[in-house]
Amino acid sequence: MCSLGVFPAPVTAAQTLFERNNELLSALHPGEHSQACDLPSPQFTRDTLKGHSRPESSSRSVFLDQRDTLWMRSAGAWRDAGLYGLLDEITNSAEEVPRFLAVGSACVLALLRWASSFHGSLFPHLTLSSDEMVAEFSQMLDWSDSALRSFAWHPHTDKFAVALLDDSIKIYKSNSSPTPTLKHRCQRSVCALQWKPLCGSALAVACQSCLLIWHVDPASLSTRPSSGCAQVLSHPGHSPITSIAWSPTGSLLVSASPVDTSMMVWDVAAESAVPLQRVGGGGVTYLSWSPDGSRLLAATPSALFRVWETRMWTCERWPCLKGSCQSACWSPDGGCLLLSMQGERVIYALTFSDLTGGPKAASVVADLSETTFPGPDGDLTVGGEVCSLSWDPRGERLAVLLKGDSQADNHPSVIAVFKTRSSPVFELLPCGFVMGEAGAEPRFMQFHPHFQHGALLTVCWSDGRISHVPFYFSSAGLLGGDSPQQALASNTTNPSSNKLYTEQIS
Amino acid sequence: FDVMATKPCTKFLSIYFQVVIWRAVASIAWSVLLLPVTTAVFVLLSRFSLFHPIQWISDCTSLLTASSTIFSLVVLCGVVLITGFFNLEFYTLVPSIPCSRMALLGTVLHPRQCVHSLVYCTMGMLVMWCASVTIGGRYSTLGTPCRQSESGEVVTCLNEYHLFLLLAGAFMGYSHSFLGVVQNMYYVSFQPIQQYKYPRFKGCLPMVVKCSVIQALYSARNFAALYFFFGYVPKTWISSTLNLQIDSSLQPLDSLTGLLDFSLLYHLSISGAFLYLTWYLTVLLFRIYVTEAYSFPVQSTFTEDAEQCLPKVLAEKNTLVMKFLALQDLALLSQHSLSRRLEVFNLSQPGGHPHNWNAISGECLCLLSELTQRLVAHQDAVASNGRVKSQSASMVSGTEDIAETPRLSVPLRTPGSVFKSSVGGANRVLTAPFTPDVDSPFSSPAIRRLVGQQDPHSPWSGTVQSPHIMRRGPKLWSASTGSSRFSVIPLHGLETSVNSCSCHTLNCSAQVKSFLAKRVLIMYLFNKLPEASSQALFADSQAHIWALQGLSHLVAASFSEDQFGVVQTTLPNILSCLVVLLEAVDRHFKLPHASSKPVRTLCSMGDSTYKTLRFALRAALKTAIYKITTTFGEHLNAVNISTEHRKRLQQFLEFKE
Repeated sequence: MCSLGVFPAPVTAAQTLFERNNELLSALHPGEHSQACDLPSPQFTRDTLKGHSRPESSSRSVFLDQRDTLWMRSAGAWRDAGLYGLLDEITNSAEEVPRFLAVGSACVLALLRWASSFHGSLFPHLTLSSDEMVAEFSQMLDWSDSALRSFAWHPHTDKFAVALLDDSIKIYKSNSSPTPTLKHRCQRSVCALQWKPLCGSALAVACQSCLLIWHVDPASLSTRPSSGCAQVLSHPGHSPITSIAWSPTGSLLVSASPVDTSMMVWDVAAESAVPLQRVGGGGVTYLSWSPDGSRLLAATPSALFRVWETRMWTCERWPCLKGSCQSACWSPDGGCLLLSMQGERVIYALTFSDLTGGPKAASVVADLSETTFPGPDGDLTVGGEVCSLSWDPRGERLAVLLKGDSQADNHPSVIAVFKTRSSPVFELLPCGFVMGEAGAEPRFMQFHPHFQHGALLTVCWSDGRISHVPFYFSSAGLLGGDSPQQALASNTTNPSSNKLYTEQIS
Repeated sequence: FDVMATKPCTKFLSIYFQVVIWRAVASIAWSVLLLPVTTAVFVLLSRFSLFHPIQWISDCTSLLTASSTIFSLVVLCGVVLITGFFNLEFYTLVPSIPCSRMALLGTVLHPRQCVHSLVYCTMGMLVMWCASVTIGGRYSTLGTPCRQSESGEVVTCLNEYHLFLLLAGAFMGYSHSFLGVVQNMYYVSFQPIQQYKYPRFKGCLPMVVKCSVIQALYSARNFAALYFFFGYVPKTWISSTLNLQIDSSLQPLDSLTGLLDFSLLYHLSISGAFLYLTWYLTVLLFRIYVTEAYSFPVQSTFTEDAEQCLPKVLAEKNTLVMKFLALQDLALLSQHSLSRRLEVFNLSQPGGHPHNWNAISGECLCLLSELTQRLVAHQDAVASNGRVKSQSASMVSGTEDIAETPRLSVPLRTPGSVFKSSVGGANRVLTAPFTPDVDSPFSSPAIRRLVGQQDPHSPWSGTVQSPHIMRRGPKLWSASTGSSRFSVIPLHGLETSVNSCSCHTLNCSAQVKSFLAKRVLIMYLFNKLPEASSQALFADSQAHIWALQGLSHLVAASFSEDQFGVVQTTLPNILSCLVVLLEAVDRHFKLPHASSKPVRTLCSMGDSTYKTLRFALRAALKTAIYKITTTFGEHLNAVNISTEHRKRLQQFLEFKE
């Protein structure tokens, strides 16, 4: 088991640039300023992005108060806030309605509140408002305060999408082509983004009220695709959506909401959904599809998560000891799942294999409790709860975003990077800490899905900057796996000799 | 020799019975087993009283064991059996999409549909009779003793409450049968994911209950309105036929005060919900059972079982459901089962021929190229239609254009081929409006029978084939794909000839057109429904989607799993077939109405998946090409395909699509 104590001490003074020769180099080293990758690294500040200061329904307070008739007010309350609003309105205007109606609605309201408080005591997350819920369950650390709301690399090309505080989404490509900005009426409080695999254009966006599928034509030069390019997928009772996951074959999309006990399996083109309901847990907060497509992790707000197998869609229940599952990532072959729990400072591993029929218990693979490193300008404490986990596509580097303590000034959030080794036994080895510029804390990170020379970690910082940290290494495992493909390639290279068989005439 | 020929046939029949009939029987058995449960719930709800809960429970338990309830259950079992039989007889995997309101009307008035409606009316009455007996009280019998006001003697009077419920049952039966046609209730669609039967049933149950309640409320409202206006007709007829008096002391039900009876409306709604639930559950169970994945063996060690193997069943033309199940199985095995993929890539022993792969890929490619031809023919039809209208001389060149394309040599199955088939046989006149794909191997036997029995002498048959009417619409259909082949169209006694280029004919046709265009009702009935032709073209596309998935995953898996290189020989074929199909699909989506999204229907038992199949097919096609290009990458440059196809594939390699 690896702990933070064996890590090399973090360099606090400058930004980490890249890894070379098994060493994380920072901007302090002379002659290393030339960054090797030509990927765009934009910066967004809170001031330039004007977010929606208040939700639409409360814009009423700016206008003068005017008394409508009871009918109008009731209809408005029903439209704005549903049954609760209607009952509230009737109870509040007791002098205008018959007495029995006012008393009756007051009783029903009290009963409903009692029932929902009972429900809420079972599942405390249900008492949160929609925005608070998104902030709570988003993979972005400190979601509500951040200029960046979400980030996603395209799985096949050098292209990424960023969701911003003002509910717009920008798409950046490696070459200096125009950056399209996506805006839609329904696109509010974006919690997650994911590009469709095996597709050049489709981007799924998890919003507060619905699921949007943007079709952004890669060949188009337009910077503002119309909202007609977006498909709106919604299901009653299934909002806010906090997590989405495309199947690796790109045929299905799964969406989850913490208030809905069923997760939706969407056939996006047909716009139809199959709900998969399991009552325990009170909702689904986080989804992660294994890269080989055979399993899907679904975390709930309670101390419980499920692992679905995607052939017949049955699930295994995994009750946890303490908190809910906060983040997870799959190994590239889909055989190993790393998990982090809320309130625990360790990383768990589950190893799946088709022969043994699945694991019986999770094992602890890393200890991330607070460790203090002495530095030139005071001690630096590192460690804490894991906010998110990310494993590079070759399975060689694991990045862990550790939540800091916002009260203490020498305990920031940091990214710890591990080297991983799967044979002969699964093992985590220390690599180093990825540091930002002075004062900037990491908020979110994701590995580039197909970086040629090793791994590339993209980090969103608290100052609104997006930076890329390459890890240069030669992969040991990949060379061995290449040989059958090369053998096949040598077969296909000569088109004249690829007729192995005579044509069957029957 | 005969014996040899029939033997595989019986083998195939046996597997058909094993799969489809057995599944239908199992679904009916489960529906029958569920009956006591739904009946118990119905009894509890019908006798509900808020203030006497203990009496309510004891009443219900005694009622559930009473002989009348047992008898009702037996009757209900009969109803469920008949419903299950109708499900098996009418179900279809390719929906019939009427292209105009006239065609829809024709379907509704078709004799087969009339029989269906009649049976459902009767079953509705039977269920409602059971319901009224179970509710008891004032609903229980048709005749009640009453005292005549003037003489004071006791006679048998008509119990209008009982009659009301019976007629409501008949009404709901008819509306179920009617909506079954309009909403394609018998269309069975396959789910995008596989689930075991019990979780799937559990997941669908709330939706079915909700649908039946909503449908019952709608029907109750409609029936109450109908009874308010026309209720006296059946009432007087029944009372005069059965010699029953009408009790004048009671409030008649076809009045406003009679109908505004809360208890009556409540009982009407819950009996209606019970009625719909019985039927919907049967339909749901049937759908779940039929669409369950079936695993066919890829190859068999015994030659007798060869008919049951995947390649043979895939090539099956007559029973559509087996073909669909085989394609589904192919898509599943290509994604999930390594061992079965290896069997597909295996060579025959002895001989060393890749028979399995050749048969499977050949069948998939055949399906896809058939779709391509269908789309191209439709586009040609639409394009040439525009030219015919503009100038009579260009019509000749238009048809020449078509004749030049070699694709026309295959039988057309587009909506454009309406007139061809109308020349072929008089009894196929009305074929086209129902479904353009009747002659394709994909239409279910039920549909084919439905169309085959069409009365050619129905009053509309002459008019439907008139190109003047057809041409007035948004020009989605061609009136003139093979226009030079048909000559005489009877239309209101007028005999016009289209292939002559005389100005007189054109004038005439213009006059007739403008005359008919003024009649609003005719316009309404004959105007083509937008998107309908597009939906009809892609009606069976679930098969193509599976073929695409199966092919692309098998080809991608062959990159590392195909030891003998059997896939390499067919790779150029597969790639060019996919690219040609993509071009055809792209062109199709440029047509008007083709890319407009259908309106979403909320909460109906009818499945509207077929409305979005064309989008699903486009997405599946692109994903399939991407799957192959991302797997093979630069090796694709070594594959022997034409330059323009390579250009298109390059777009995919660069993720520019």
